[in-house]
Amino acid sequence: MADKSIKTDMNDEKEIRAINKVSFKQRMISYKRKPLSLLMLIIVAAAAAISAAALIFIMVYVLIRGIPNLTPDLFALNYNSDNVSCMPSIINTVVLTLFTLIIAVPFGVGAAIYLAEYAKKGNRLVKIIRTMAETLAGIPSIVYGLFGMLFFVYALNWGYSLLAGAFTLAIMVLPTIMRTTEEALITVPDSYREGSYGLGAGKLRTIIRIILPSAMPGILAGVILAVGRIVGETAALIYTYGSATGYAANPLSSGRSLAVHMYVLTNEGLHTNQAWGTAVVLLVLVFGINTLSAFIAKKLGNKKG
Amino acid sequence: MEKFAIDNMNLYYGKFHALKNVNLHMEQNKITAFIGPSGCGKSTLLKSLNRMNDLVEGCKITGEIKLDGEDIYGNMDVNILRKRVGMVFQKANPFPMSVYDNIAFGPRTHGIKNKKELDRIVEESLRDAAIWDELKDRLKKSALGLSGGQQQRLCIARALAIKPEVLLMDEATSALDPISTGKIEELCLKLKDNYTIIMVTHNMQQALRISDNTAFFLLGEMVEYNSTDAIFSAPQDKRTEEYITGRFG
Amino acid sequence: MRLSRFRERAMQGVFFLTAITSIAAVVIICIFLFCNGVPAMAEIGFFDFVGGQKWAPTNVPASYGIFNMIIASIYVTAGAIVIGVPIGILTAVFLARFCPAPLYKILKPATELLAGIPSIVYGFFGLMVIVPFIRENFGGNGSSWLAASIVLGIMILPTIIGVSESAIRAVPESYYEGALALGATKERSVFKTILPASKSGVLAGVVLGIGRALGETMAVVLIAGNQVQIPNALTDGLRTLTANIVLEMGYSTGLHRQALIATGVVLFVFILLITLSMQAIKSRSEKNG
Repeated sequence: MADKSIKTDMNDEKEIRAINKVSFKQRMISYKRKPLSLLMLIIVAAAAAISAAALIFIMVYVLIRGIPNLTPDLFALNYNSDNVSCMPSIINTVVLTLFTLIIAVPFGVGAAIYLAEYAKKGNRLVKIIRTMAETLAGIPSIVYGLFGMLFFVYALNWGYSLLAGAFTLAIMVLPTIMRTTEEALITVPDSYREGSYGLGAGKLRTIIRIILPSAMPGILAGVILAVGRIVGETAALIYTYGSATGYAANPLSSGRSLAVHMYVLTNEGLHTNQAWGTAVVLLVLVFGINTLSAFIAKKLGNKKG
Repeated sequence: MEKFAIDNMNLYYGKFHALKNVNLHMEQNKITAFIGPSGCGKSTLLKSLNRMNDLVEGCKITGEIKLDGEDIYGNMDVNILRKRVGMVFQKANPFPMSVYDNIAFGPRTHGIKNKKELDRIVEESLRDAAIWDELKDRLKKSALGLSGGQQQRLCIARALAIKPEVLLMDEATSALDPISTGKIEELCLKLKDNYTIIMVTHNMQQALRISDNTAFFLLGEMVEYNSTDAIFSAPQDKRTEEYITGRFG
Repeated sequence: MRLSRFRERAMQGVFFLTAITSIAAVVIICIFLFCNGVPAMAEIGFFDFVGGQKWAPTNVPASYGIFNMIIASIYVTAGAIVIGVPIGILTAVFLARFCPAPLYKILKPATELLAGIPSIVYGFFGLMVIVPFIRENFGGNGSSWLAASIVLGIMILPTIIGVSESAIRAVPESYYEGALALGATKERSVFKTILPASKSGVLAGVVLGIGRALGETMAVVLIAGNQVQIPNALTDGLRTLTANIVLEMGYSTGLHRQALIATGVVLFVFILLITLSMQAIKSRSEKNG
């Protein structure tokens, strides 16, 4: 025994035979005395398995039913009631996303800059702003839809239109962009700020030249997260962007986003196969966007570490 | 009588060799103190005695540790081991529940449900930890509202409530004021009639005041182990002497 | 020099203005909803509206009672909680305390993906898979309280898992170690010390999930049957507040349209109450440390 330990002492490279590894047998000895604990372990693992199974089941089912329906017809340039092409709605969704971001990003990022860089800690107003942002985040999309309809569509008389949809969604994703941007700004080390001030740069210059660039991946991840929400949104768009089948040619014309298109197909119940195909397109889009966001956020994490 | 026997024990954190070939036999109903500078491995060794090191990722142990001649890394149920070898942590860690529930947590864990029995254990443990008089009127109050010294003695009472044979104390007084420390030291001297106490301390005066035997650690090595009197009056190793005379550490 | 000072001040002002947009947005949303909804409530009569059991906007004379829909929204939310909360919390416990690292790398993104699935896809999936399943196995026509509860239960999972997991992870490790050192099994340590200590965070997750379930529209409208009634059985259909709005807004006019907006106001008030209680829970848990 003594020889052995001296040997391991001398050859650190060699595999150490640890005595403290908890073997399956040891674990079972413990559980035999405490069967309730084993039961809890099984229940907890089962719950996690159910959560994972729910995702896998939905994904696989949609993919299996949907992929065979991804016909060229489904992506025909022009929509008609036979091909129910989702091409116009894809383009509409892209345009809608761009418009929404053009509105929401400056406001969201600006607000985050104010909260993170200018506002004094414990300020009452800051508290109110945060509370309001949280309130916005909790409002259901159908209520956004109602508001968008009342305000943009009727009060401002824009009708069902790209602009009405984009403004409605911009308010909806504002808290997301605000929160993620603020988090990204906070993680920028103070030494960057001090270094910049030390060189005589003003606050504005420091923010634009130093802080925003280093927070960019975090901001981007948040923006992409918002894109995911925009693409998947239905309830807030039906009565703002409307559901016209063609391309929304100008900011005041109506169009349907992909998710709304999917809703209309489902509701009509005439084109179930195409609906499955559209579901695949929607899933792939949203997951692609979310994965991209996670990837960027992770890259940011690595850079920090 | 011998309680704990550590033979040819090595411990690694990943590639780091934290304890080097430790051989240490500790006696029953005695207070054994581990002393040494920070990072010497004394707390690590203590945590190996109730297998709390199992929680540390990448921790590997070789050699043998026996409690009453039984291999604690063998087929002994780790939960029973920890019932036999209680532990008091450096920072008092009462659960966020009432004083009563804190003490009753251990007994309940080990199957005692009878209310009368629990009442008896709670009172006895608090009395043993010399804190009954202070807490008897606030048993239903949250333990988090107690002072630091009271919290630590509550944790000692909590450990005593499962009737351990050995009590491990990991710098249990390092976060406390001198008066609380004095109370706990007094308590240890009283407890050793019934328990074997192994304590890690960075306070050499404390080791001298209350321990029977002392082991000195340096850089993962056990340099010297002897009766406390011998260690402090006539250290055999030069490094021990340098440490206790305060030349480093 | 003066120019740059001016620029600094001006931009600070601009940032400030963007910061108060969220306040402005909430205020405008409140004004527009209430101004359009409250007069309708007054015209119908508040108690006839909220307490009335008959919804017949096209009858002469019309009836605008949304009581059954309020109850339906509560029923559906309750069903989602029964399904989603236990599974969600237990999954969070698994992720935070039991999951081996390699599995975590797969499972965690999976729960996040669940949050990314658009509600219309949930609804479509429910309509094509869960509704027929219920029809064939439990009777009724399938579009039902049960179908909506199952789908909403899955939809609120990621919210509950995410919030609960971070609450569980925020519990000091010393509680866990303290329990283990007393000879408790890992499971007992987790369920008797860590989970109770994280309860306000977990509760916040549940409340957030309730908000999601209550406000969900597209999934529910496709699978709940949409009959204006208080269901007697799990297989009966029902119509939630959200479904009512989306179903009839397209063709409604006059008082009918205003009644739908008022339905939105009632929903909005429910959500505001949930947001408020959510913030109360949060500030309480922050105070308790």
